[in-house]
Amino acid sequence: MATLFKRGHHMSRHAVNILSNTLRNNHSRLHKRGILTASCADPSNGLGVEQRQIQQMALDFAAKELAPNMIEWDEKEIFPLGTLREAAKLGFGAVYCKEEFGGTGLTRLDASVIFEALATGCCSTTAYISIHNMCAWMIDDFGNKELRAQWIPQLATMEKCSSYCLTEPGAGSDAASLSTTAKKDGSHYVLNGSKAFISGSGEADLYIVMCRTGEAGSKGVSCILVEKGTPGLSFAKKERKLGWNSHPARIVNFDECRVPVTNLVGSEGQGFNIAMKGLNGGRINVASCSLGAAYAALEQARDHMKIRKQFGKPIENFQYLQFRLAEMATQLVASRLMVRNAAVALDNKDANAVALCSMAKLFATEECFKICDYAMQIFGGYGYLKDYPVQQYMRDSRVHCILEGTNEIMRLLVSRDLLTER
Amino acid sequence: MSGLRVIVGCKRVIDYAVKIRVKPDKTGVITDGVKHSMNPFDEIAVEEAVRMKEKKLASEVIAVSCGPTQCQETLRTAMAMGADKSIHVEVDAATYENLQPLHVAKILAKVAQEEKADIVFTGKQAIDDDCNQTGQMVAAILDWPQATFASKVEKVDGGLTVTREIDGGLETIKVKVPAVLTADLRLNEPRYATLPNIMKAKKKPMAKKKPADYGVDVGPRQSVLKVEDPPVRQAGSKLDSVESLVAKLKDAGLVPS
Repeated sequence: MATLFKRGHHMSRHAVNILSNTLRNNHSRLHKRGILTASCADPSNGLGVEQRQIQQMALDFAAKELAPNMIEWDEKEIFPLGTLREAAKLGFGAVYCKEEFGGTGLTRLDASVIFEALATGCCSTTAYISIHNMCAWMIDDFGNKELRAQWIPQLATMEKCSSYCLTEPGAGSDAASLSTTAKKDGSHYVLNGSKAFISGSGEADLYIVMCRTGEAGSKGVSCILVEKGTPGLSFAKKERKLGWNSHPARIVNFDECRVPVTNLVGSEGQGFNIAMKGLNGGRINVASCSLGAAYAALEQARDHMKIRKQFGKPIENFQYLQFRLAEMATQLVASRLMVRNAAVALDNKDANAVALCSMAKLFATEECFKICDYAMQIFGGYGYLKDYPVQQYMRDSRVHCILEGTNEIMRLLVSRDLLTER
Repeated sequence: MSGLRVIVGCKRVIDYAVKIRVKPDKTGVITDGVKHSMNPFDEIAVEEAVRMKEKKLASEVIAVSCGPTQCQETLRTAMAMGADKSIHVEVDAATYENLQPLHVAKILAKVAQEEKADIVFTGKQAIDDDCNQTGQMVAAILDWPQATFASKVEKVDGGLTVTREIDGGLETIKVKVPAVLTADLRLNEPRYATLPNIMKAKKKPMAKKKPADYGVDVGPRQSVLKVEDPPVRQAGSKLDSVESLVAKLKDAGLVPS
């Protein structure tokens, strides 16, 4: 054993993994993995061999590259571009884009498994990766060959980052009322207007902008790419947020911003459709990020229950907390099943995929937020401290109930599906 | 020198993060429903072999694992990291409980001969039994030189220069190939398998063999009498003065009275 311990200060991140069974109980808190492995809450339950392998790699990446940094990224509001590019090298930058121009070519279900695993390490950073994936897919699926050949290789490696621009200061849930305009002028579109709550804005290199090229309503919307540095494109001050602090949000302004007509994705008037198609996957993605946050919170709460002693015994012995933990795990597994079911529906292009994605997003984001909140409660006063990650999972996952279509809009979409005469 | 063929031994072990539990009948540890992964030292060996291939020192990397069906997952991991193909030597679960380094060494030696290998690379030890024997035994069986506990491997004319981690520091030796190498902790930092490589790995060839195919008798040479938990640390007591500490030490005969 002597050689194992020599030069301990040189130990790399990997070294932590390696020590023999005599050391198994001494590993650091953040590098721990898989306490709930093989339990009823194990996220690998029901997955095939390759999916489990992908998941394990994503969990390893989350434990080693994300989890040790999540508190600092949150506190200092750091956009971890280097780590994002490391993630992209492994294929996380364009998970469900086709392989033709550098996408990874996996399914929505695979993507959900990946984002869930990554979010155990940092929910906020994973959420940005998932938004970037949605943007890349919109170009890959609706863009012509030239646009795909130009952008997918750079987006897949995250050499260029992207932002999705739909919401406006005056158009949120009523997205089809958006008022940013793009007027054709010869071989250019001239954009005017503002987009609000844009994730990644200021840092991102490519803005996928939904803007009005025609009539009022959803049919007059087009999807146009605007590169950072285009004259007339500017950013307002960085917003101060409750969570999601590892990527910036700013208002994006367009003032006589001219882009070539070749930057149009799909055809004129197709923009709203593209935006909604993107969001179907986006909803599965944020819901998957909620699953990861909730799983990590559950795991840490479970761990805490074994260590924390009150009234002379570890608090795992109190039935109230036992039952609470059981409920949290049940909510988590139910959420996960709904999310994966919706992902499969999207993969299969099922007719009711929109409603299933909406249901899954509604259920999973609300239940997983509650799981994070309960986990914080189990931690007592410690849970409220920023030294412990549970409060961060709670803060980061709260916004998932608001964005990618509010959960009120999810209810609207589900009820509309139910009340349609068929 | 170019075109070395490298065999890498990949043992499937209980994951390092799992809390080990001894079976109630003390015949071994609980493995059912327990997370397993590739022995981390073997992972380092795979990484080094793949780097040798990337540097065009090696022509082919073949991962080998002996054990139950689940070992195929370990081999897929090795192939996702960059091994070209793999050989699963299936040993049923009951026999596997008594499979010992000598058995595995005999199998690896035979595989090395059949595959015309130039290097057999293994981890220096497995984190489950901590035996630290297999690589050395392979070298003895084949009568090849061995370079164990490698923390650096470089190509030189006619062989390899290997830096070894020994108790006194570092030792640098030169070995001719064919040779047996075992990987120490600081040899490298294994890569993450990329998503595309994980998908490609499922198309790489995996041969399925039995110990009998190599003429190896896997009957046990040893029997395990019992497996026990490490002793629990005894509770200490607080003393109020140096005098009482010295008195206690004297009572225990730890200092001369």
